[in-house]
Amino acid sequence: MAILIDANTRLITQGITGKAGLFHSQQCRDYGTQVVGGVTPKKGGTTVDGFSVFNSVAEARRETGANTTMIFVPAPFAANAILEAADAGIELIVAITEGIPTLDMLKVHNALKDKKCILIGPNCPGVVTAGVCKVGIAPGPIHKKGRIGIVSRSGTLTYEAVHQTSLLGLGQTTAVGIGGDPIHGLSHLDVIRMLNEDSETEGIVLIGEIGGSDEEMAAAYIREYVKKPVVGFIAGASAPKGKRMGHAGAIVDGQAGTAQSKKDALRAAGVTIAETAAEIGQKMFEAMR
Amino acid sequence: MKLHEYQGKALLRQAGLPVPRSEVVFSSAEVKKALTALGGEKGVAKAQAFTGGRGKAGGIKLFGSLAEAEQITSKLIGMTLVTHQTGPEGVKIEAVLLEDQSRIARELYFAVTLDRAKANIVFILSPEGGMDIEEIAEHTPEKILKLYPEWGQGPGDALLKQASDFLGLTASQAAPFADIARKLYNLYIAKDCALLEINPLAVNDAGNLVLLDCKVNIDDNALFRQQDTGGDPDAEKDPAEIEAAKYGLSYIKLDGNIGCMVNGAGLAMATMDIIAHYGAQPANFLDVGGSASEEAVTKAFEIISGDKHVKAILVNIFGGIMPCDRIARGIIGAVNTTGLKVPLVVRLEGTNVEQGKTLIRESGLDIIAGDDLEDAARKAAATVATAAAGV
Repeated sequence: MAILIDANTRLITQGITGKAGLFHSQQCRDYGTQVVGGVTPKKGGTTVDGFSVFNSVAEARRETGANTTMIFVPAPFAANAILEAADAGIELIVAITEGIPTLDMLKVHNALKDKKCILIGPNCPGVVTAGVCKVGIAPGPIHKKGRIGIVSRSGTLTYEAVHQTSLLGLGQTTAVGIGGDPIHGLSHLDVIRMLNEDSETEGIVLIGEIGGSDEEMAAAYIREYVKKPVVGFIAGASAPKGKRMGHAGAIVDGQAGTAQSKKDALRAAGVTIAETAAEIGQKMFEAMR
Repeated sequence: MKLHEYQGKALLRQAGLPVPRSEVVFSSAEVKKALTALGGEKGVAKAQAFTGGRGKAGGIKLFGSLAEAEQITSKLIGMTLVTHQTGPEGVKIEAVLLEDQSRIARELYFAVTLDRAKANIVFILSPEGGMDIEEIAEHTPEKILKLYPEWGQGPGDALLKQASDFLGLTASQAAPFADIARKLYNLYIAKDCALLEINPLAVNDAGNLVLLDCKVNIDDNALFRQQDTGGDPDAEKDPAEIEAAKYGLSYIKLDGNIGCMVNGAGLAMATMDIIAHYGAQPANFLDVGGSASEEAVTKAFEIISGDKHVKAILVNIFGGIMPCDRIARGIIGAVNTTGLKVPLVVRLEGTNVEQGKTLIRESGLDIIAGDDLEDAARKAAATVATAAAGV
């Protein structure tokens, strides 16, 4: 089963004629994903390395039957690219772009409320259903088809967890990078719920970091509903204080947001905490025995 | 990006909000002209520095004559202000705001910011302004109210009535308050703020509302379209941090002695954490980003090597967007130009990892290979411990 993406995923790339957009479209295709084309305004009708280029997402969807998009459009234009994909009826939108203004994302968040589409990111590495389908920028070869679902705010920490679970023979169902921005699409909680309901996923790795309260909310859900073993890692315990937004932002979250409060919340929910990023795989291996 | 009070007040004034008349000066020589513009010789001199608690620390003084204003200004400018928020190193004062003194009857608190969990803009209000909002939150949380204007609509009449009642404003103050709240909300959006905090929002002895002090932070991601706020994005950064930013590197200097070069903010933090876990301390946070060039990697290496506290360097790269061979070439290039003064531990994984490892192995350089994250962190911590023990 896995979640979010599978052999039926038909992917387009917004910003396919850019260097990163093209490189990762090729990488996704090499992994086995059906990459059915891409979008770059004013370059419609051309092809790039065998990919058909369209002027708009609506056109690309009509011509190719695309149901998923990944977005590499530069930050100032990325919010509109997300909205364009949603309006065109794309079901899964994976926004890779980093540096989108927060207010642009608030606008997107509100516009997507009454749409059926799912947004992942922005500022995220994307999704990989091991051995089947890859959408985004994760290095394909480290994934191995298996039993663990992974959700993370950080790209490279997702790879770390994937790599370790692969080496230990556990493998993955689906690994999801939800992105590091304050306003984002799927949350830890959303993905945990999906992985919990996925019959192939037997264990879950949750990777968080300081700031916000996404992990605390996921912990409350895990406590109530998740019977599968969960291993958690929180980055940033040694990060310097004072690099935060200021008083008002801090009080919104109350005591939430520190590495310690997140670890405490997860522990209280029965999650096994990996003290360093190097032992995520090992803790999962032990929890699965 | 943080704005100084005088920069923030300029934005508030432009937005038609009631702020006291004031003039900023950067030296005592400018005081006379400033007071002439203000039309009086009595007022308050406020040190411009990125910290709260300025009053208690001696950064806010009353003056009653030109001579006194000049004397206070000359003393404040160049002084290091140490408050409960700055830590012992303090912050340097580079400007002074000379302002009409307001006679205050009440001090309120009003902030506009982002509530991440609710994915909405939030108003934070308290009738107990003038002090640290964190203290109010801790001791008397019932004196804080959060209200959520509907996105796209702004603050509606019912919400504004609720806010005004909570703050204990009179019927005649309600309309001017509503006007202030709407203007602050619009300004927050127009200027891509991350925080717009008015503390205190004062009621003066005539019963009028005045915005006495402000803290304005602009979203760093929106600076490309917010270039006229008067702020300096580099104001609080160390010179090495500014240099790093030119190359797309995110660098924060810390107090330890193991320099780190990592890709991805999460892994960079986790690398700092694991160094601390093995009893050593990271010298910096450095995220080379997802698409750094060889040149940027070389620069990152130079910046880390340039920190004289660094006794070992740990490179931890999990290649996604950035292939390991590019990192390897950057490292080899940097070592060839700047030389290797301290032990270097390199751990590579991910895209093109074999090419990267081969390049390093065949470079002939004295680089310690880390098999995985744990091995690399242990080796880096061990080299520092060995050096400290004089072995």
